[in-house]
Amino acid sequence: MAPPAIATAGAGRRFIGRWAVRGVTLAVPQGAFLLVYGPNGAGKTTLLRLMGSALAPNEGTVSLFGGEAAPARSRVALLTHADGHYDELSGRENLEQAKALGGLRGSVDEVLVRVGLHLRARDPVRQYSAGMRKRLAFARLLLKEPELALFDEPYAALDEEGHTVVDALFQELHARGTTVVVSTHQVARVSALCTHHAELCAGQLVAFGPGAPARSRQGVRAAGSLGEPSAEGP
Amino acid sequence: MKEVVRQCSLVVRKELLHLWRGKARLVATGAFAFANLVVFSFAGGLHGEAMRTNAAGFLWVGILLASTLALGESFRVEVQNQALEAMVLLPVHPAAIFYGKAIGNFVLLSLVGAVMVPCSIVLFDAVPVGGLGRLFLTIPFGAAAISAPGTMHAALSCRARSRDVLLPLLLFPLVVPGLVAAVQATQLCFLGDAMGEYGSWLTVLAAYCVVQWGLGGLLFSHIVEE
Repeated sequence: MAPPAIATAGAGRRFIGRWAVRGVTLAVPQGAFLLVYGPNGAGKTTLLRLMGSALAPNEGTVSLFGGEAAPARSRVALLTHADGHYDELSGRENLEQAKALGGLRGSVDEVLVRVGLHLRARDPVRQYSAGMRKRLAFARLLLKEPELALFDEPYAALDEEGHTVVDALFQELHARGTTVVVSTHQVARVSALCTHHAELCAGQLVAFGPGAPARSRQGVRAAGSLGEPSAEGP
Repeated sequence: MKEVVRQCSLVVRKELLHLWRGKARLVATGAFAFANLVVFSFAGGLHGEAMRTNAAGFLWVGILLASTLALGESFRVEVQNQALEAMVLLPVHPAAIFYGKAIGNFVLLSLVGAVMVPCSIVLFDAVPVGGLGRLFLTIPFGAAAISAPGTMHAALSCRARSRDVLLPLLLFPLVVPGLVAAVQATQLCFLGDAMGEYGSWLTVLAAYCVVQWGLGGLLFSHIVEE
């Protein structure tokens, strides 16, 4: 049996004396589509950064594909609020540099067309709008062809057309067997694809299990209250 | 090892492209170094012999002060959009990132140093005895002695709120041995080398560079990996 794409055991991360997330234990099977949700400040970004090996846990463990997180980085792509671009380089140069540095397989031209940036590819990134920068970040993720893709607020800063592009991307990644983790407040938008859900509140995992989150529970949690862990919890 | 060298060459290429596109960094560093030399030339009074004797010290302190601008800026662009983290997650080997960025800073400081040499000659009336060859050999060694520890400490301080203060506080004490060797070797270029000491000081400078460049490659992963 294939090891889980992500397995955390009591994982916690502290920033300047305050725990952003603590005691998170979950296992996400390969090929799953995990929705991470919860109110602002619940620790969603920190959890995704732990899962994407951008952060090391202060306590507990995070393993990817049955091994340590850092060596699996070539199989993982993480899209966060920060886009990771160089402003002085063009969109194309940013992608070509990432492709060369990471030895990535994807085609730069193809991904630029996919995200609708091919006509502005030669412009410096400093001239891009927030939405265009986000699209370029998606292009870099596509270039990597990851086995595990993590998205933190993927719909932020995008227009309606951009939302459609992201929806199509999620469907394609999921159909391809890529393990997808999405943290978003737009729960309804991704719930159709969702095979697992994880709810965070005040840095604690309060629900984790298969399927989409129950709408009623989502409503209560969105108000920011820390309720009892669900029956599906770890 | 081969992969690290390949990635390092790509990081160097990116650094040079970035340097060329954002020429402001090069111009600002050169202008700051020149301003330092001008201030030193006024502060030193009009005693020609004293100015000439201290020209090497003025030159290297001027470059060192200006280097804090260049080094700080080289990591500002990396943390601004978390591009450094994106590189680490690609994944690019931390040693390739360190050497790529250090070589980029080395090129910049060598260029600034090369431009400051004629400025020093004019401002301090310090015509090198025996020609410019040795002087232009010393400049890259001195630039290397600043760029490796400078890259390391710029990476260390780039996320701190008080990074502009922190970088010189961390860097200046560390580069003292390299600075002393660079100043001594440069002084011998300006004033003449009757005792044949130039080679010894250059060896000390080279040894300092080897230690700093070696340590940087080994320790950089601890800085970029949180």
